[in-house]
Amino acid sequence: MSHMIDSLANLPFEWARYEFMRNALLAVILVSPLFALMGTLVVNNRMAFFSDAIGHASLTGIGLGVLLGLADPLFALVGFALLLGIGILAIYRLTRASMDTVISLSMSFSIALGVVLLSRGGNFNRYSHYLIGDLLSITPHEIGWLCATVVIVGGGLLLFYNRILLIGINESLARSRGLNVWWIQVLFVLSIVMVVTMNLSWVGILIINSLLILPAAAARNLAGNTRQYVFFAVAIALISGVGGLLVSYYADTASGATIVLVAMGFYFLTLVVKALRQRVQ
Amino acid sequence: MSSDHHKGIAPHQCGQCCTHIDGISVTLDRHRIIEDVSLHLHCGELTTVVGPNGAGKSTLLRALLGEVSHTGAIHFHPVFGPGREDAPAIGYVPQGLDFDRSSPFSVCDLFAASTSRFPVALGSRGGIRQTARAALENVEAGELLDRGLGRLSGGELQRVLLALSLTPVPNLLLLDEPVSGIDLPGRELFYRTVSELRHRFDLSILMVSHDLAGIATVSDRIVFLDRRVVCVGSPREVLANLDFRHAFGLDLEDLKPA
Repeated sequence: MSHMIDSLANLPFEWARYEFMRNALLAVILVSPLFALMGTLVVNNRMAFFSDAIGHASLTGIGLGVLLGLADPLFALVGFALLLGIGILAIYRLTRASMDTVISLSMSFSIALGVVLLSRGGNFNRYSHYLIGDLLSITPHEIGWLCATVVIVGGGLLLFYNRILLIGINESLARSRGLNVWWIQVLFVLSIVMVVTMNLSWVGILIINSLLILPAAAARNLAGNTRQYVFFAVAIALISGVGGLLVSYYADTASGATIVLVAMGFYFLTLVVKALRQRVQ
Repeated sequence: MSSDHHKGIAPHQCGQCCTHIDGISVTLDRHRIIEDVSLHLHCGELTTVVGPNGAGKSTLLRALLGEVSHTGAIHFHPVFGPGREDAPAIGYVPQGLDFDRSSPFSVCDLFAASTSRFPVALGSRGGIRQTARAALENVEAGELLDRGLGRLSGGELQRVLLALSLTPVPNLLLLDEPVSGIDLPGRELFYRTVSELRHRFDLSILMVSHDLAGIATVSDRIVFLDRRVVCVGSPREVLANLDFRHAFGLDLEDLKPA
């Protein structure tokens, strides 16, 4: 891993001289495709708002971790986000209440509880980096963890891609084809939780969902089938990830947010392409 | 897809595969939706369930699919084909598939996602494309293979879903209002296709429909359901039933089956 990072130092650019930039670049190249792949399913299954709620639940998770005196709040974070995600699924299933209302309520709850827990004693500023994230602080050790996440979650997503896609098209149809809808949805929520929580400290709660949703949303404007959809989403995520990181270096801005803005630019570009194509037809 | 679903037996001659629906009742929120429904479905036969709104027609299908809990039993007696006694292979064509029409999946993606584990994200392998094309050609829809699912007309979508429900060939095929919202030529094509497939694959078909004019000619049997089975019989018998005529406000000469 460190050998790969070091070899980047030979690149003839000013930024390549800094280790934090090389680490950040490698992290972006690693996780962008995973975010894009997961995003295609999240958007197809109309769960964009759902994954946002998972991100917001992390704030409460961190709060609980701090309350319990854990050195690293990661376990509390994963635990609470998973609980909330499955809770939303269960409430939706049992009551058939409107999904966006249930999600919105859970978001309000977890943000409020998180802020209350973390602001005890007036120390909230210590945790504000979780809101915005700091890509440049990522260490080779953390990149190792990211690698493991990419392999496990990425592999799992590919293994279950067809089944998750079919459930997103229509649940009854999926059930009639013998799929266990509930357990597949729980596994999907688990994978969203893993990706969101593992990347939280360098992307930040406020924008992590944009990284998930934007490449897929842009790719939908270009693609005619699922293979193209995933291909465009991965390409857009990679280009805006690397591009955004470099722009943030030269413009001296927060890298996560800059990446989101570049991806947003791609989204508008694809809208224009789509409109032009429709005019031609 | 092979047409020798029942090897060595000519269509119409099997007549032994049978689905027994015994005393099914469904209660939702303390509300009795259907009560003591018993039916026998034979292979090679199309049975249509008709009834007023709220009669429990779709609930009956959902009970058969195992989506709602019910009392009573469903027994399946396979002679041939893939199903087991306790778990018939059920094909299902939902009523007006509710999906996001702006989603970029093609008809081929739908087939691949339903019939294969190889991730559609990486494309569809040749074998899957061939299976899908053959299945679509059975319903006169071979040219739709690479069309976007959101770009299909109502009739095209129903034919695609029919082709999918027959891959692999099931023991029991459930059709929930398959022609609602489809124009007349589309309906005729759908009925013609279903009718032909029924004989070709010796299928038991249970269809829910409102389209009285259409079902009179295509059905082998009609079940008039209004929370319980009011009457069962040939189209001629049920259309002559006074309760039935009253429920549908019928006095139409042109509904008499030919």
